[in-house]
Amino acid sequence: MPASALRIHEQPVVEGSPRADDGPLPLRLDRVCFEAGGQRLIHDLTLTFEAGVRTVVLGPNGAGKSLLLRLCHGLLRPTAGTIRWAWDDPARVRRQQAFVFQRPVLLRRSASANVAYALAIAGIPRPARQERVRAALEQVGLGHLAARPARVLSGGEQQRLALARAWALGPKVLFLDEPTANLDPAATRAIEAVIAAMHEEGVKIVMTTHDLGQARRHADEIVFLHKGRLIEHADAARFFMRPGTPEARAFVAGELLA
Amino acid sequence: MPEITAAFGVAFGLIVSGDSELLQIVLLSLEISLSAVALAALIGMPVGAALALARFPGRGALVVLLNACMGLPPVVVGLFVYLMLSRAGPLGEWGLLFTPTAMVIAQSILVTPIIAALTRQTVEDLYAEYQEQLRSLGVGAARAIPTLLWDGRFSLLTAVLAGFGRAAAEVGAVIIVGGNINHVTRVMTTTIALETSKGYLALALGLGVVLLLIVVAVNATLMVVQSAARQAEG
Repeated sequence: MPASALRIHEQPVVEGSPRADDGPLPLRLDRVCFEAGGQRLIHDLTLTFEAGVRTVVLGPNGAGKSLLLRLCHGLLRPTAGTIRWAWDDPARVRRQQAFVFQRPVLLRRSASANVAYALAIAGIPRPARQERVRAALEQVGLGHLAARPARVLSGGEQQRLALARAWALGPKVLFLDEPTANLDPAATRAIEAVIAAMHEEGVKIVMTTHDLGQARRHADEIVFLHKGRLIEHADAARFFMRPGTPEARAFVAGELLA
Repeated sequence: MPEITAAFGVAFGLIVSGDSELLQIVLLSLEISLSAVALAALIGMPVGAALALARFPGRGALVVLLNACMGLPPVVVGLFVYLMLSRAGPLGEWGLLFTPTAMVIAQSILVTPIIAALTRQTVEDLYAEYQEQLRSLGVGAARAIPTLLWDGRFSLLTAVLAGFGRAAAEVGAVIIVGGNINHVTRVMTTTIALETSKGYLALALGLGVVLLLIVVAVNATLMVVQSAARQAEG
């Protein structure tokens, strides 16, 4: 993955200082609830996502991690409470986000056509697409598979392609929902390298996982959920050293939460 | 019984020798049915896909109605088109009655609901898988329709096949609006009906065999294309 491939996005990355451009961040959730089928799945979540830090959403199955990401991204509407970005224009906010799903949804066409499709939808003029597609596929190490139908790629390659598609859009915020669940260690490493590169580029990372090792490797801060409630929102180092709640202590210790 | 055996012999002879009358009838049949299927696909696929994505009150009833229309009786459709196109009918000025065009129209009406209903099902299933990703990318419903039709292309071949089977096999609609005029609107099914009623079984049988062969060949070709493409595309 050549470092030069990182340079297609306009904004310069200023190291060590507050980013000159936070994009649509911060994202503020205020007493957000979500109900489905008569059940309350998210309870009174109040939470702020700031630019620059990698947020990892942790919690056991059914904690509401995926729901939280979908609510933030706008795929679901909260049944109570508000979700506000720093920008008012929803269309403009939408264009600054990308989402990578646990199971990549790829169109039945070539790898490069999958990326080009997303760019076309984003309104990128045709002449500019080709170079961006090429750079995005290089970025995730799929340059040699550009012409391959996306659906015949391996699971790890498919997820890298989904990341390439997200990266090509040049988002300010990237949501990843268990991006490496079901992947082998090599594929996981490749995915994590791309995520790290995007973070270096100034993209806000919000990722769910139930893999504690991954959380330790990639989190600047932890949002710990349990049964749809926010249990802890803490600096990652502190969270792993001294979890502030019994639930978090148990989770970090690798115990099964009731 | 020997009569039938003899008829088979004559029929086989007609096919092997490439009898010009038989050939003309076969070609006209193919032209009409393929045109009707093309027209029906052009209308039925977008309509089916739109119905798959749209959410409005009464949608369930419309889906039931569309599915029911897959079983439209050909003679009733033929009668309806006949009334529309007859001299006294609202479209009588077009002078289309008893022309191949009228037959294409009638068959399109029969086939469109089949293609639309099967497309609706295919696209709805596909959309269930794609919905979140497409919404995340900012794809609106209008843009999603061509995307889903393209991505469902292999499954949609089945819808087209079903439509072609219906068009090639039906006799009721084309005989009413076409009139079964020799060298003008005589197709395989109408000829089989006519020749059988006249007791001249050879041409009827010959055409019957050709009709079966065509339907089998078309299905086989598409199946091969479909499975090869599926394998290549995943």
